[in-house]
Amino acid sequence: MSAGGNLLEVEDLRVHFDTDDGVVRAVDGLSYSVDPGQTLGIVGESGSGKSVANMTILGLTRAENAEITGRIRFDGEDLLELDDEGLQRVRGNDIAMIFQDPLTSLHPFYKVGKQMTEAVQAHQDSSDAEARKRCIELLQLVGIPDAERRFGEYPHEFSGGMRQRAMIAMALTNDPKLLIADEPTTALDVTIQAQILRLIERLQSELGMAVIMITHDLGVIAEVADDVLVMYGGRAVEAGSLDEIFYDPQHPYTWGLLGSLTRTDRPRSADRLSQIAGQPPSLIAPPQGCHFRPRCPHEFHKCPQTPGLEARSGSRTHLDRCWLAAEQKRELRVGPEGEIGLAERQEPVATPTAES
Amino acid sequence: MARYIVRRVLWGVALLVIVTAVVFILFYVLPTADPAKLRAGRTANPQLINDIREQLHLDDPIYVQFWDYLKNVFLHFDFGQSYLSQASVKDIIFDRLPATALLVVGAVILWLGIAIPVGIISAVKRRSLLDRTTMVTSLAFISAPVFWLGLVALYLFANDVGLIPLFPGQGSYLTADSFLAKCGSMLLPWMVLAAATAAIYARYLRSSMIDTMAEDYIRTARAKGLPERQVIMKHGVRAAITPIVTLLGLDIGLLLAGNAILTETVFNIPGIGQQIVLSIRRSDLPMIQGIVLFGAFFIVIFNLIVDILYAFLDPRVRYQ
Repeated sequence: MSAGGNLLEVEDLRVHFDTDDGVVRAVDGLSYSVDPGQTLGIVGESGSGKSVANMTILGLTRAENAEITGRIRFDGEDLLELDDEGLQRVRGNDIAMIFQDPLTSLHPFYKVGKQMTEAVQAHQDSSDAEARKRCIELLQLVGIPDAERRFGEYPHEFSGGMRQRAMIAMALTNDPKLLIADEPTTALDVTIQAQILRLIERLQSELGMAVIMITHDLGVIAEVADDVLVMYGGRAVEAGSLDEIFYDPQHPYTWGLLGSLTRTDRPRSADRLSQIAGQPPSLIAPPQGCHFRPRCPHEFHKCPQTPGLEARSGSRTHLDRCWLAAEQKRELRVGPEGEIGLAERQEPVATPTAES
Repeated sequence: MARYIVRRVLWGVALLVIVTAVVFILFYVLPTADPAKLRAGRTANPQLINDIREQLHLDDPIYVQFWDYLKNVFLHFDFGQSYLSQASVKDIIFDRLPATALLVVGAVILWLGIAIPVGIISAVKRRSLLDRTTMVTSLAFISAPVFWLGLVALYLFANDVGLIPLFPGQGSYLTADSFLAKCGSMLLPWMVLAAATAAIYARYLRSSMIDTMAEDYIRTARAKGLPERQVIMKHGVRAAITPIVTLLGLDIGLLLAGNAILTETVFNIPGIGQQIVLSIRRSDLPMIQGIVLFGAFFIVIFNLIVDILYAFLDPRVRYQ
């Protein structure tokens, strides 16, 4: 990650929701940045705060019970300080977003074309005919055959993959500098997933936009990301380049994620897929110190203090939140067959439902 | 789409035949009073009663009577004659239809005019003072029976007996000579009839709207950069209001069978509701039967309209 030329810079972002059960710290001190034209992959399990953080960029988490602090700099502007009108100017224009389930994300009562032209006309003074022409071009660009006819069809007449393509086309209507893709392939068939990822990559290189790819799937990260941010319990636990994260992972949670990948290039060592024992932390009453501590087999006396996100592995760009020494980590992460993984915790994990 | 409509129409006709059968059984088979004796009146003698039995075909088997009745209703639109006045049931119904139609149409316009903005605003400004006030008020109106509300309204606002004489009171429809005067006389009945339903609709729309505003496509609309007004009115309301249409179709039909009867009685409006109360009191069977069937016909028609309208509102229905 180069300094200075950042397109997006998130600094110490906190998003807390006041609920009946207590304050939910969905995002708790998150910092990252995205360079123009680059792809940042954000990986983490459900509830890690990855979606909330990125919806906050567009102000989509603003609510009466939400407390949002920190800074989100985009093109020299702090997005957190924008009023509703300022946000509307940025949304779908400089920053566009696509979501997990393209069926529920498109309005069932309006034709796809209508929903697209609406996005054009929200930001440009263009006539219906101009907007229509632009949208049909975009539908063609994202690989929808017979775009003119498809323009006049309803979302339920599209297949899942075509819907996501239409969503992407809609996101591109105003030439965004940044595309936030929130699990864009999760709801799709595996074969379609690869097509959509390749499409996003192709568009990115053709249009030169930056992409934030949010996913729980390291396989997706491996295909598209330049840089990677690993999130856990509302915080970043590790950040670095794709190679650093995959070949020199520093945080035990990352080892667990890598270890639970199904790989076909290695013999299967166990009769079942490996998993990380235990449950994700409560965001209302998270564990003190390191959030991963209750599930981590390498917990020691320093862990109840919160480790900072710092460069500990020798590379200036590779940051992690684990107290263990880098040498120790490189030893501990290697499993019996030489693969990276998370060892089993000796004592049973604190949560009652965990198998061990 | 055409097949969809044809299917719905056929269902509607079948339903009407079933309703006719039920009405027929209820009123010809179950009553203990002999229709012939009723028809004969005070000066009845066995000969007269027998004559009437023959004239009304009351000695025919039930299925023959039913078949004759069906033929008359569906082929000739003939509902028979009132036992009391000998007048055609059809004529009496059409004579009284305008008052009821004016009552219902005005009330529907009023309740939608109140319920839609209130429902939308209380959903968007959730937990605000306005939301809480309207929701508590609507709870009060839902809990109040319409005949009680009618009497209270007269007591408070009627220009003859009211504490604050604002609107024409009971029976003013009878003396109204122009359409405008008739509308004026309907103001209080409209409000009374609309109050409870507007309250129900406002609450219903509010919860429908709250659900809709949490949908993914609303998030998409916001993420596109649409102004919040457009997000609410175009994307939110459009989806949230669709179930209201279904409700409306059912309620307009049901109104004739319920609250309109009470309102017409309380306000002395010469409509169909008042007529059925009269007919029931006098055991005027053909009249009761005709009105019930007529009401059923309207319920079926409005449901049909709703089904067809729904297909236009929700494009997904057309493809099922």
